[in-house]
Amino acid sequence: MSKPLIGVILGAVLGAIDGLTAWFTPAVRDQLAGIVFGSTVKGIIAGIAIGFFAKKFHSLPLGIVFGLLVGAFLAFLIALMQGGYYFQIVLPGTLVGLIVGFATQKYGNSPSPANS
Amino acid sequence: MNWLSDSKVSHLRAVVGEPDFSGTKYTFVKELARGGMGTVYLAEDTELNREVAIKVLSVPEMTEDLRRRMVREAQIIARLEHPGIVPVHDVGVLPDGRVFYAMKFVRGVRLDEYAANTSSTRERLRKFQAVCDAVAFAHAHGVIHRDLKPQNIMIGSFGEVLVLDWGVAKILRDEISSEADTLMLPPVGNNKASDTAHGTIIGTRQYMSPEQARGEIDQLDERSDIYSLGAVFYFLLTDQAPGENRPRALNPNVSKPAEAICLKAMARDRASRYTTAAEISTDVSRLLDAEPVSAYRENVYEKVSRWVGKNRFLVLLVLAYLLMRIFFIFTSRS
Repeated sequence: MSKPLIGVILGAVLGAIDGLTAWFTPAVRDQLAGIVFGSTVKGIIAGIAIGFFAKKFHSLPLGIVFGLLVGAFLAFLIALMQGGYYFQIVLPGTLVGLIVGFATQKYGNSPSPANS
Repeated sequence: MNWLSDSKVSHLRAVVGEPDFSGTKYTFVKELARGGMGTVYLAEDTELNREVAIKVLSVPEMTEDLRRRMVREAQIIARLEHPGIVPVHDVGVLPDGRVFYAMKFVRGVRLDEYAANTSSTRERLRKFQAVCDAVAFAHAHGVIHRDLKPQNIMIGSFGEVLVLDWGVAKILRDEISSEADTLMLPPVGNNKASDTAHGTIIGTRQYMSPEQARGEIDQLDERSDIYSLGAVFYFLLTDQAPGENRPRALNPNVSKPAEAICLKAMARDRASRYTTAAEISTDVSRLLDAEPVSAYRENVYEKVSRWVGKNRFLVLLVLAYLLMRIFFIFTSRS
């Protein structure tokens, strides 16, 4: 599977799961659908960015750092829009970005070099 | 009467034992090793001005037919051009009638010496893979080694692996004359390494296949070398030459798949062994990559353990994420 595709799928799945965990917070349970949708979209965007980065740079440490930064940045934007819950949103978002960054580099296939 | 001193006597003895390289382009430097099939000397190639290792085969009753066949064997082996096979540069006959062949002089250590200084199983297995690749190449060219053992494998200064001593190799398929041939050497006196009977048992008993030990020379094929590869693998896993014990009995750190690879290669019934050296190499590669090997059927627990072991970092990340989520759930409720 290509790195961008792994990034998109993993970003979407982890984003959705991340959003679903809001169910355990009674204060925001009535907004669950919106949170899951937003979290999934955030995961897909992060996955695309991380996947294409991984395609360009074949380095596990770089992939992890980039995933971490993208995850943290997007989660921070969400928290900013929410106007709160910074810690609860940014920390898991950062970790999800890190997981996607690691997995795309580790499990994604690099395109084979063209024959000269 | 003048008596010769002990040092002069020992010097004379050494000179008498030296091979006579007159008429060749080599000059004697020193003796390197003495084995069952011959003696290896360090010599200098005076034309190319380089050091070479020369193996002089020790055959007490050298007939013209045997000499011709030994030369032809060396010629065929010389055509095995592979990074893992020590190249034969030259072959010829000494003035005393003994056949010699000149090889690249490899600087390095033998596999048994290397293993004594290398505790990393992964490193040992990578070297073993290189041995398998070289043997697979020879098999593909119709040549079997017949004396694979740690003492015949050298690790060069740059970590390169070279399989030595193709002097007793058997040609299964002669690509020149399209006829198979077997080199049957007569017994050599004081042969420590080989148990020779009727000139048919060639090799080192602990590393030779049962059919080779029985002297069934017509039964020897690639699978005989595969047994020997399994024996070398056994040595690398346990630091001991193969015996009655299973590898895990000698070294509890040996994994079940590693033991299974070893035992499959060393199966007494040759039909149960790997059919090619490349198959062992593939299984060892899969073992190194924490993937399932063909020689061992693992249960569900072992599959999960292997996957977790292989993806430890990912599992840790997911666990960290879950722990963090649980922490937030509890803190938001309280």
